[in-house]
Amino acid sequence: MKILTEHIDVPGIETIDVFCKHGGYQAVEKAIKKMTPDEVTEEVKKSGLRGRGGAGFPVGMKWSFLAKPEGIPRYLVCNADESEPGTFKDHYLMWKSPHTLIEGMIVSSFALGANTSYIYVRGELMYVIHILEKAIQEAYDKGYLGKNILGSGYDLDLYVQPGGGAYICGEETALLESLEGKRGNPRIKPPFPAVKGVWQCPTVVNNVESIAATSWIVNHGGDAYAAIGVGRSTGTKLISASGHIRKPGVYEIPLGITVEDFIYSDEWCGGIRDGHKLKAVVAGGSSVPILSAEMILNTADGEKRLMTYESLSDGGFATGTMLGSGGFIVMDETTCIVHNTLTFARFYHHESCGQCSPCREGTGWMDKVIYRIEHGKGRKEDIDLLVDVAKKIEGNTICPLGDAAAWPVAAAIRHFRDEFEWHIEHPELAIQPGAVYMRPGASWAQ
Amino acid sequence: MEAKNTIVFPAETLDLVQKIMKRYPEGKHKSAILPILHLAQAEWKWCSPEVMDYVASLLSIAPVEVYEVASFYTMFHLEPVGEHVIEYCRTGPCCLMGGAEVYDHLKKRLGIQTGETTSDGKFTIKEVECLAACGWGPVFQIREKFYMQLTAEKVDQIIDELSK
Repeated sequence: MKILTEHIDVPGIETIDVFCKHGGYQAVEKAIKKMTPDEVTEEVKKSGLRGRGGAGFPVGMKWSFLAKPEGIPRYLVCNADESEPGTFKDHYLMWKSPHTLIEGMIVSSFALGANTSYIYVRGELMYVIHILEKAIQEAYDKGYLGKNILGSGYDLDLYVQPGGGAYICGEETALLESLEGKRGNPRIKPPFPAVKGVWQCPTVVNNVESIAATSWIVNHGGDAYAAIGVGRSTGTKLISASGHIRKPGVYEIPLGITVEDFIYSDEWCGGIRDGHKLKAVVAGGSSVPILSAEMILNTADGEKRLMTYESLSDGGFATGTMLGSGGFIVMDETTCIVHNTLTFARFYHHESCGQCSPCREGTGWMDKVIYRIEHGKGRKEDIDLLVDVAKKIEGNTICPLGDAAAWPVAAAIRHFRDEFEWHIEHPELAIQPGAVYMRPGASWAQ
Repeated sequence: MEAKNTIVFPAETLDLVQKIMKRYPEGKHKSAILPILHLAQAEWKWCSPEVMDYVASLLSIAPVEVYEVASFYTMFHLEPVGEHVIEYCRTGPCCLMGGAEVYDHLKKRLGIQTGETTSDGKFTIKEVECLAACGWGPVFQIREKFYMQLTAEKVDQIIDELSK
């Protein structure tokens, strides 16, 4: 079941003519000619579509919070600042099929009553920005954007805004600050963007994949979308798979397949690379807890874990993780968990905006302490020190970057404490190039 | 005075700047800082104080408003760089795919460390965080172009090509 990527490999799908030949822009025709904005919102609510950027908040509900004071413009801003390590699904979708996003932007803007909308794309993807701008021009030329779209009286201008290289701008209020031409420092909420967003006007910020899915929901109805998936995990999800698998790439899965199928089936990742064994997975982007092979494949109750919001988080952080952004990073037995955690700690240290002390100082501490453990200079008390620092960051910052930085460190220690201890107890072994601790009896150590 | 006058966008880019400023509501054209800084860096390779002052003058804002933005976002070079800036991803997924070895080869090949520029001014190496191309790692970027699934051999080919 493919919704967003059904035609992604059709040659020329990036052009509006080919895109329209494969059913493109029918959702715009239907929404604008046959539906009211509230009816579109209602279908999105019915679909159960949840925010695909990582938080998983219901999209229709987010839309319904949008303030609509008379005479004040409202904005839709698409969050295409994809920067969470392991995540490259929006990059792929916009690069291959820009009109899929643009069609969704038009439908969603119509539903929200926005007459100007922006797609905020991370600046490193400048080539994708050029692809989007070309596609937007095509949509203007066909009358799907601009004044009086399809003779309906509805006007919409759509622009692409480049970022400048800052992970924090994926946080919606930081993104809005950035869109205003400022440093990307997150704002204190409330007020929420739905009330005071960009330029203090009501604003909805949605992820690329969320917005792109709204076209299919308009075409087929919210109930049809909700019929895909399991429970509150409705529809399809783009999963960007990387690491030690046979076939890294972006896959659109119906929510609800088993994690085991996703990793081992030839339809998806195709299994672990030849001659190697699964050791660990970071299932939803670098910020979500890492799980060992056993824990990612099965829940604590011994049931097969599913690719859904609920199943992946089954067991809480004690034994579970999160679907997050769908950045699925697979590691085999050659992976040093301490080293991998170091790259994540360094990432969050680098990307902390510096506004809140627990995050600014704490990410630096974690980076430095893991660095010394990895380089054979660890002290016995360092592991508990890391747990303590992570605890003091979590929940004590304006935005979720603090949590995102704390979780991977805390989880790596929770599930791979022996590996950290080995580094501290056997520094002479740990600093050897390619050295990896093998847990006695572990499935990947056989 | 003469040096200052050299910092002016070509007419075509100036037209584009005017268009970009109209993307935002009346009076909110400060939003154009990032797009214009990208244009400026493409034109002059790095964001010198003079370049940032020029951007401020285009937007009729205080120079410090441009400095504080340019220094926050990692894409803007605040020091001179070489002709080709190689920005390699050092984050987890690229490391899993052997990034460190490939980047070591790159540094050896060019005879410089991260953050340095070759003596002929041809290449600068910078370390960056995740480039959202994890499934195609190891990855580096030179200007807008992504170079993916890098190996030592591929790095040599790329450097050979760019050295011509």
